[in-house]
Formats: sequence, structure tokens, C-alpha cells
Amino acid sequence: MRPELRLLSDDLVTRILDEGFQLLIDPGIRIHNAEALDLLAAAGAEIDRVTQIASIPERIARQALATAPHAFDLYDLDGRPVVHYGGDRVHFDPGSAAISLLDSDGRTQRPPQTADFVRFVQLVERLPAIDAQSTALVCADVVEEIGDLYRLYLALNFMRKPIITGAFRKDTWWTMKDMLSAVAGGDEALAQRPTAVFDVCPSPPLLWSDLTCQNLIDCARARIPAELVSMPLAGATAPVTLAGAVVQHTAESLSGVIIGQLARPGSPIVWGGSPAVFDMRHGTTPMGDVGTWMIDLAYVQIGKTLGLPTHAYLGMSDAKIVDAQAGLESAGGTILAALAGVNMVSGAGMLDFESCQSFEKLVIDAEIIGMAKRLIGGLEAREDPIALTLMRQLRHQADYLGQEHTLRWFREEFYLPSDVIDRGSSDAWASRGSPTAFERAQARVDQLLAEYRPPALSDELKAELRRLTTSAAQHFGMHELPPLPKISGE
Amino acid sequence: MIDDILAQLTESVVLAQQQAALDLTRQALAAGLEPLTIIDKGLTPGMRIVGDKFACGDYFIPHLVLAGRTMKGAMALLVPELRRRRETASRAGTAVIGTVKGDIHEIGKSLVGIMLTASGFEVHDLGVDVPVEAFVSKVKETGANLVGLSALLTTTMVVQRRVIEALEHAGLRQQVHVIVGGAPVKAAWAEEIGADGYAEDANGAVDLARRLIGG
Repeated sequence: MRPELRLLSDDLVTRILDEGFQLLIDPGIRIHNAEALDLLAAAGAEIDRVTQIASIPERIARQALATAPHAFDLYDLDGRPVVHYGGDRVHFDPGSAAISLLDSDGRTQRPPQTADFVRFVQLVERLPAIDAQSTALVCADVVEEIGDLYRLYLALNFMRKPIITGAFRKDTWWTMKDMLSAVAGGDEALAQRPTAVFDVCPSPPLLWSDLTCQNLIDCARARIPAELVSMPLAGATAPVTLAGAVVQHTAESLSGVIIGQLARPGSPIVWGGSPAVFDMRHGTTPMGDVGTWMIDLAYVQIGKTLGLPTHAYLGMSDAKIVDAQAGLESAGGTILAALAGVNMVSGAGMLDFESCQSFEKLVIDAEIIGMAKRLIGGLEAREDPIALTLMRQLRHQADYLGQEHTLRWFREEFYLPSDVIDRGSSDAWASRGSPTAFERAQARVDQLLAEYRPPALSDELKAELRRLTTSAAQHFGMHELPPLPKISGE
Repeated sequence: MIDDILAQLTESVVLAQQQAALDLTRQALAAGLEPLTIIDKGLTPGMRIVGDKFACGDYFIPHLVLAGRTMKGAMALLVPELRRRRETASRAGTAVIGTVKGDIHEIGKSLVGIMLTASGFEVHDLGVDVPVEAFVSKVKETGANLVGLSALLTTTMVVQRRVIEALEHAGLRQQVHVIVGGAPVKAAWAEEIGADGYAEDANGAVDLARRLIGG
């Protein structure tokens, strides 16, 4: 039996959904995008062109929910379906779009550079617990206007896992699509075997900006999965009650499903989000707060009720260094996300309110993820009888280490951590120089990166990706891209 | 009786009783109190208490917001009276604040506005998605000596630089201290774009503003 976690009663699910549908009608959704307003008008929604508010009847929402797929697969670059969005399957990717990186000194945040993100992509490739890449760092050594597509460019040169990404502009989305299409072997191949998901974020409360709405429409038309990232901030940009924040999330996400399905019925869409409670003392958005987790778990349950694939930003910490706070907050969110059956959990490696990535935290989080995956693997009988035959055979001898049965099952029954988790004796630990978790994580980062081997990418493809990226950079006044770092073994 | 009204007015700000604050302000005016007295002895002490309670952890941000709104409501009654007397309230400084063009994040900027108001600044909050020129023209219009620029996105941070350049271009840069803030904004960025300072939160912004204006 797979353990499950549900926060909402059936009655509360019904009430939240009902209020979500009602918000679509009054006060309606603000949509700063003419194309979306046209689609909604054609479908029969009432549009106020001056205020750009769409009043959307439930009928349109129900129609959209009827055409939205309940599941889809993400493919790695070798064409294998490695991530299944749908049901209770759980996958993890690193928290995305960090604007700073925790330096190897463990204390200083600094702007990430090209070489940092390339190393990050390589590390993710080497961590089996992490199922997908994300465009995790925003590189400071290129012009801001290509910040989004440049990350994808770097990742595509070094990754095989699928990737969770997003565009910062309307025009750069097309360059990103062209890159993915080049790697997949054409637009149709990309639509058939998507390798990437684009995050699209409504703005709280109840607003779609022109940019992100266009990204959503363009994804739908290209049949590239879009991940709705509604982010109610309870008490500040959303009602303070956790259920109230979920109501707002429901309305914003429903409007996203509607826009996507109107643009192209059947296009893959994910019920995701990044809500938070508002810290009433510091004015911050704590991702490691229990209230934040509860909003996440509740909206995921709503998404599952609607039969949609789900996503959440969980497993992050607001600590500034990789310390005890980082561990406890990341573990709490990660384990709950696994129990809730979130299809894609974004957040590994992330510190400081979704702003700072850390190599060391990523490998520690990979251990938490390993444990969480073991947990939802559930507790099985394994054999029938469970233990009777074996125990009668051994009677009162403590000789289980010497049994075939032990060898047969221990790898599946136990989670076997890497050396990041210290389980030796205190003497052994002292003899290794008494390393902290951060130092052990650093050693593991070095070891994993040393083992990394780049994928075989054809020279033509590499050149095409560079041409697309350079052309975008030049459009924004940057003549030449930073050189790609050389990898040993290349 | 007059002291009583002022004490009650102070309390109405501390407790964020918006209607009571309006009633008491009207009473105070009817009793012949000068608007400046009502501000200095009634409203401002209330905001100071709210600030102190926030600093020691008794009060939270919603208290600040609602107390600020209470004070603002009372001020709306007093400003026409001041104008009629050709008086202005004594101010720690005049600030023009806003979230820069392309960015619609409101909370941090608004908190800075409330905290600056609480510390005796005259605050002109231009809101969000504010065009570069709007900052310049408001500084011209008000003779402000402080400009606060908020940006929450890496993509809109650059607009902070453009506002500073526009202030220079308009010959206003010497007149104002420019402070910047927002999640991605750090001290190094403030220095790079030629701002006079940066603060991590609303309290820090007030300390910074006082330090800059005082010095």
C-alpha cells in the first residue's frame, strides 16, 4: 500500500472548487493579453475590453477540464519516457531561476556565471534521485534579455534528462522552442515526445500578464506542456486563511487551464504552483513554512480531484547557508510532497526564498529525496508467509546476516545513503577530519562531477544551438557569447 | 478635554480604529485645535507607538498597514485645513517612492511608504509599474529629497538605473538621495548603478533614509 496524505475533506474540496468557479465569473480574471481575450470572447465569456477583465462562465471551465489531458510523459534526450505527469507518480527537479549561488565557502552568495550553471547541469545528470533538470541558475555574464534562453542553451549542451524551464519574454520563448525543436528533430517530434515543460505564472490576485499569458498560448499551440504556477501570498496578495489562498489558486489555475485549452484543446497542462504564507514580521515569503506546505498540499489535492497532472515548489529552505534550518525545512517539504503524490516537485538545492542555489544543498536534498521515494514505495509483505518459514528455520539464532533472504531484499527494503549522511562511528568520523555535512556534501559534489561524461551531441546540432543563441544575444546588443567550458572526456 | 481628544486620537491610531480617528479629528478641529497640533500631538505619537510595538515584536505588518491607513484618513481631513492656513506639517523629508516600470510587486514598496510616513516623511507613493518619467516629474513637482525605487525582478532591476540616469539628465540628481530595494537588489547593485543606498527591508529603508537626510 502506498502511503497517502490528504489535507482536505471532501466537503472542503467541493466548497473550494465552487468558490473558484464563482470567482471566474465575478470579479472575473484580469487578462492583459488581447489574444486570450479574443479566445475567451469567442468561447462566450463576457469581456470588458477597457478593464481587460473576462467574466468566465463555469460551462467554459468545465469544457476546458474535459479536454485537458489527465497525464503525459516527458522524454529524455535519448527518447525514453522518464517522467510521468499524472496519477500519484512523484518526480523531483532542482528549484529554478536562482539569481545567486552559494559559493563553495558555504557563506557567500554570488552571481552565477556560465561555468557554474554548466557544472550544476552536470551534477544533476549524476544524481539518480533528481529526475529532471531545471534552468536553475540565471547567469550574470550574459545580457539580461537572453537570461532565459541562455540557460536552456547551456543545459541542452550537457544534459540528457528532461528539463523544467520558462521564458522571461514573449519573443525569447520562440528561440527556446526552436532550440528544443532542433534537439528533438522538429516541431512535430517535440510535440510527440516533449522534453521540456514551461512554467507560466499568473500574478496574484487573478491576473495574467501579457508575457506569461502569451507563453501559455504559444506552449498550447506547439503542444509543449505548460506548468501553471499560481502563487497566492496568503495575507498579502491573497486571503490569509489557507483555504482562502487555495480558493484563489483554484480560480487562477482554472483560468490558465481554460486559456490553454481554448488555444488548443488537448494541449498538456500541469496544475502547479508556488504559494506561500506572508511572513507578518519580516514581509518575506517563507517557502519552508508549514502553512506554505499546507497550501501546496491542498491545491495539489484540488488538482488531483480535477484529474490533472500536478506540480509544487516544495523541499526548499529560507536559510542562508546549508545549516540545520536548511535540513529540517527541506526534509519537511520533500517528504510531504512525496506523500501527497505531487508529480513534479521543484525546489531541491534552493535556499533564501527561491533565490539562491547550492551544489552542496542539492546533494544533501538528493538524500532526502531518496528517503522520501523509499517512503512512498510503501511497506510490502514481500513474501508469503512474510517471515514465518524463515524464522522457524532460524529458530533462536541471530544469523540473519548470513541468509540469502537478507541479500535478496536489503537493497529494496532499506534506503542506502551516500557518504553525505554520516553513519560511521564517532572515531571513524574524527579520523576523517570531523567533516561537517556541508564538507561531506562538497566531497560528493567533486566526486560526482569528476565522473560526469558529456553526451554525444553532433557538431551540427551544437552549432545550430549556438547559432540560435548568438543570434538572440546579438539582437539584444551582445556580440559574442561566453565560451562553453571544456569538459574532461570531451 | 483637549488633551483627552488628542490622547484618544493617538490611541485610535495605535488600535487602527479608522472611523474613531476621523471622528476625533473632526472633534479636535471643532474644539479649535490647530491642525499642526493635531498631527504632532495626536497622530504622529500614535504612529511612533505602532513603530515601537512593531520593533519589539508586539505588532506585525498588518498592524502597520492598518495604522498607516488610519493616519492617512485623518490626514485627508487635515491637509485642506493646513492649506487654508498656508502651513505645512514639519517633515523629516519628502519622499517619492514606487515600483519601477515593468514590475507590479507592491508589498515591499508599500511597507517602506508606511514606515517612512510613520517616521515623519511626506510620502508620495506612485504605485507600481511606474514609468521613469513619472519619478522625475514627481520629484520636480514636490521638491522631494528622497527617491525610493523598488524592483522585485532581475529583469526590472535595470530600470532603477534608468531612473537614476533620468534624474541626472533632468538636473535633479544632486537634490535627491536615491535608495533602492527589492528581493534581487543587493548593496553591490546599488553601488553599481550609482544609488545612495540600499536596504534589505522596510525598517532598514527608514534607517537609511534618516541617515542620508540627516547627513
